[in-house]
Amino acid sequence: MIEIVAPGPLATIQDRGRPGYAHLGVGLSGAADREALDRANRLVGNDAAAAAIEVTLGGLAIRLPSPTTVALTGAECGGAPGWDVAVTLPAGSRFALDVPRAGLRSYLAVRGGIAVPAVLGSRSTDTLGGLGPPPLRAGDLVPTGSAIAGRVSGEVATAPAHPPALRVVLGPRADWFKRKAVTALTGSVWTVRPESSRAGVRLMGPELKRKVTTELASEPTVPGALQVPMSGMPILLGPDAPVTGGYPVIAVVHSHDLDAAGQLRPGDQVRFHLW
Amino acid sequence: MNELLARAGPDEPMHRVRLLPCGDLATLVELPPDAGVLEFRADVAALGLAGVGELVPAARTLLVHHSAARGPVVRAALVTLPLRKPDPIATTTAPVQVSVHYDGADLSGVADEIGCSVEAVIAQHQDPTYIVAFCGFAPGFAYLLGLPSALHLPRLATPRTLVPAGSVAIAGEYSAVYPRESPGGWRLLGRTAATLWDADLDPPAVLTPGRAVRFVAA
Repeated sequence: MIEIVAPGPLATIQDRGRPGYAHLGVGLSGAADREALDRANRLVGNDAAAAAIEVTLGGLAIRLPSPTTVALTGAECGGAPGWDVAVTLPAGSRFALDVPRAGLRSYLAVRGGIAVPAVLGSRSTDTLGGLGPPPLRAGDLVPTGSAIAGRVSGEVATAPAHPPALRVVLGPRADWFKRKAVTALTGSVWTVRPESSRAGVRLMGPELKRKVTTELASEPTVPGALQVPMSGMPILLGPDAPVTGGYPVIAVVHSHDLDAAGQLRPGDQVRFHLW
Repeated sequence: MNELLARAGPDEPMHRVRLLPCGDLATLVELPPDAGVLEFRADVAALGLAGVGELVPAARTLLVHHSAARGPVVRAALVTLPLRKPDPIATTTAPVQVSVHYDGADLSGVADEIGCSVEAVIAQHQDPTYIVAFCGFAPGFAYLLGLPSALHLPRLATPRTLVPAGSVAIAGEYSAVYPRESPGGWRLLGRTAATLWDADLDPPAVLTPGRAVRFVAA
């Protein structure tokens, strides 16, 4: 059991997400930085399917009513009992995470995983679809489970370096845009806007102008898609994005760079280059 | 019987489907207007290709998730698959009956806009057997095809911030039932008390792609 003293700006329970139901309108959801979630679970010896807490911009404060082994990964915050390493804390321990210096999302795994009931095979909070547990609130008592795969790791894990520019695959609707829009996409510095969320990272930069201006019939999208609404400012779809959209997608971030996209924080600058 | 429309193969320069890249792990298949998306989805599933994941239908497209390594093989198979016309009878079982209280906030507005009585709007909305074309927008939100063309109206210029769960609505060529409370720009004709979405059930949705639906007055 973990007691949430304060959730910070947003703390949700996330696992590897909810695949298999996209044809029913259910998004993938799950950790925005999948590798960081996996790393945290590995450190505490959890099953890869175990759920952890995804912390947004730090601020999470917790108390542990009983001795607990935890690991923190992702955007590194001050105030933690350790980073990228498993630590066993005695009963009554408390800690509070500071705002990370860089990055957006941190992961707190506890040995045994978070044991809220699964919805459609996942414990993830889908903030847009309204599935899974609600975001954590002060006073919540979060149950831990028995999703254990092996021993607690004694090692300090190495976080992968995130690329300075995100690789994109052009399409599916790059041909709906003027040729200049494609060069603007890859030749410009984009700024992450504050209205960003788990549903999408809103970007500001040069307007991506369309060649085809007719309405697009709703079509399926994927996390990582750069969807361009009428404003011409792209939205990088996140794990909680709807499964279909009515705006053309100019390019899709390569799967290897999705974790880096999950760490983009308001005010960050980002570039894209062709894969 | 389904009519074979065309076989697009390597020896034919005019492919009938367009394959559009959607990242490194999916391909978006755009079908010609006369081909059935759900029929194509069933045919792709029947191929049982290794490395293929979810098959997500939408209005004119099917998204095929696949592993990066199998992408080229999967795309080659998609291009050579024969196309079929939509065949509602083959894809559906007995229609789901949805009881509707026709008291929606936009009912009289729709009647005014198309120049008929409220009773006529209700009668037209109840007339067809609808087919779930695809789901999207929100979990369990099914786009129902079959709406009479007289009722084809654009979405509201200003979407509502809150549409109640169970609202029966229309927009463009579709009708739908809002599975839960959400924002929305569709025109509200009425509401139903039927539970069409329950995340604790598997499958969670009653209205799955290919299902037939009829609206009846409550």
